Amino acid sequence: MLTYVVRRLLYSVVVVLLSSFIIFSFVRLSTDPLAYAKMNPAVSELTLKNIAARKHLNDPIPVQYLYWLKDAVTNKFGTTTVGNRPILPDLARVMGHTLQLVVIAEMLALLIAVGIGVYSALRQYSVFDYSATTFSFLGLATPVFWLALMLQVLMVNIYQWTGYHVFPIASLNSVDPGSGIHFALDRAQHLALPVLVLMVASIATYSRFMRAAMLEVVNADYVRTARAKGLKEKRVVMKHAFRNALIPMVTLVALNFGALLGGAVVTETVFSLDGMGLYFINALGAGDPYPIMAWLMITAVIVVIFNLLADITYGFLDPRVRYE
Amino acid sequence: MSEHVPTADHRPEDRENVRFAAASVTRHEGHTGQIVMPEAAGSAASSELPAYESGLELEARSQWDYARIRFFRHRLAVGSLVVLILIMLAAIFAKHVAPYSYDELDLNNIAHKPTLQGKHIFGTDLLGRDYFSRVVYGLRTSIWVALFVAFLSTIIGTTVGALAGYYGRHVDNLLMRFTDLILTLPGLAVLLTASVFLGSGKPYRVGVILAFLFWTAIARIVRGLFLSLREKEFVEAAKAAGAGDIRIIVRHMLPNCVGPIVVNTTLIVATAILVEAALSFLGFGIQPPTPSLGSLIAQGEGEGFNEWWLVTFPGLVIVLIALCINFIGDGLRDALDPTQRRVGG
Repeated sequence: MLTYVVRRLLYSVVVVLLSSFIIFSFVRLSTDPLAYAKMNPAVSELTLKNIAARKHLNDPIPVQYLYWLKDAVTNKFGTTTVGNRPILPDLARVMGHTLQLVVIAEMLALLIAVGIGVYSALRQYSVFDYSATTFSFLGLATPVFWLALMLQVLMVNIYQWTGYHVFPIASLNSVDPGSGIHFALDRAQHLALPVLVLMVASIATYSRFMRAAMLEVVNADYVRTARAKGLKEKRVVMKHAFRNALIPMVTLVALNFGALLGGAVVTETVFSLDGMGLYFINALGAGDPYPIMAWLMITAVIVVIFNLLADITYGFLDPRVRYE
Repeated sequence: MSEHVPTADHRPEDRENVRFAAASVTRHEGHTGQIVMPEAAGSAASSELPAYESGLELEARSQWDYARIRFFRHRLAVGSLVVLILIMLAAIFAKHVAPYSYDELDLNNIAHKPTLQGKHIFGTDLLGRDYFSRVVYGLRTSIWVALFVAFLSTIIGTTVGALAGYYGRHVDNLLMRFTDLILTLPGLAVLLTASVFLGSGKPYRVGVILAFLFWTAIARIVRGLFLSLREKEFVEAAKAAGAGDIRIIVRHMLPNCVGPIVVNTTLIVATAILVEAALSFLGFGIQPPTPSLGSLIAQGEGEGFNEWWLVTFPGLVIVLIALCINFIGDGLRDALDPTQRRVGG
């Protein structure tokens, strides 16, 4: 087990380094980090030269990459090209916001989806099952950003008809959120719509998966055995079937969660939430490779960690899986 | 036409058997012909006789026949196919379907609600352009991109997967590590970065960027199939008969992978439509003035939420297309699954 983990980690380090190099070259070749500064008449020629020298912009790209790597390791990802603003504090802030959004949405989605999936499987081909299937097909066919926009349209129109604010449609807080419980309530109101949007997509995927996993399990031999030895139906379902059906969900949820932490890009953009996704879009718009690289590295590491976590938990939950 | 239940030894994918079945059918037809001809001329009732007698009537059905029959039993899939074909036709004949050009201004009806007057059934935008026409032209761009992506990524994926699976060892290792590398990249982020890097705006560029990320799934599937097919006797036989590598891959092994490839290509079309829309919406995909469904939604957002129809209609079209394709994919998956040989109800 330990060798497996270590080997996976080493392999991941190589993969992350390789992909970071590819992306660095991509970003560096595609944009001029000084483009915006050059357009600003207040920035003098000398300042531009200084920035170029500080960031080694005139060296070949592989050399620049090594400088960036050094900066990342020894200097917490360094600073932005223009403005010399430290990158890590900004990233830590937006990561906190994204965590709030994603954790709430995923927890709720998981609870609901597991319920739907189990019930659909137990009552296969019932009206409930068909409705759930229809819902998830619809959920998978709906673009996330469109759903978000439609909710905003709905809120705006409700406000215009009735004069009643149901939920705010943008940003994380009101201008004056207050403190303590008022702040939390204000935040919750602002997060309601983004959470709902993220939930729909997750529920659509998870409930299908849970239904399939549960269907596979309820026909398994050991479930029949459990029934044959006279256990109550509730006990058979909850203890023998349900627990085993949950195992494959672990992988799916871990992978999805890892991916979402880096990129509820679309949702955050539509609702202008100060999270990881919006940070990335803004950095991309400014053409500054350094925040982009920092962002990509952090999300890549998160994804790798969650992949590994998924594999390890799977090994614990299902003793038949053995790693060599 | 009697419902023919195939037996285990009648496997259409096996060349020898197909030829045998076909031969037996010709012989059989000639045989009945000789009996039927004189009697059929006599009375209508006796024409039922041959059918009654020929309890052994053998009709050769290829694997494709079974697939087609199974697909057409899937009502939802067939319905979706009809809807999708209609949508595609509207996209192809956009000039004739759309009552206006996508940039034609109607200054008497600016930001008008959906109305039958002036045929603005999806309303007009803030410049008075007919929104239905814009959606039809946007549809054209989006579908073109999606089909292009599906085509390109299927070709790349199949080639990579086939080479990795057929040659195995070092080739396999190299190609699959490369595939893994692409899979670990954060999808949307790479798409956005790449579209800044390669410069987006033109539909084919957006298509190339999407295909670069989408081929991996097919590559993995084809590789898996090739790994198991490689050990089959018919491949060995082809080798013994002196067939070259390329011939074996293209003529003997690839036809056995068509099912999974077709299903995945179908699903790629749906994903490509959704991702292209998101990309264009974020402003990193297809750029105005070329309308695409995603950029139309972005335009709708930009013009404010009072004109609810601007955001609603292009999105509804996307949902409809993606839904249809997913249902078709579902039907194809059932139809092309070679373990399902049952045709009868």
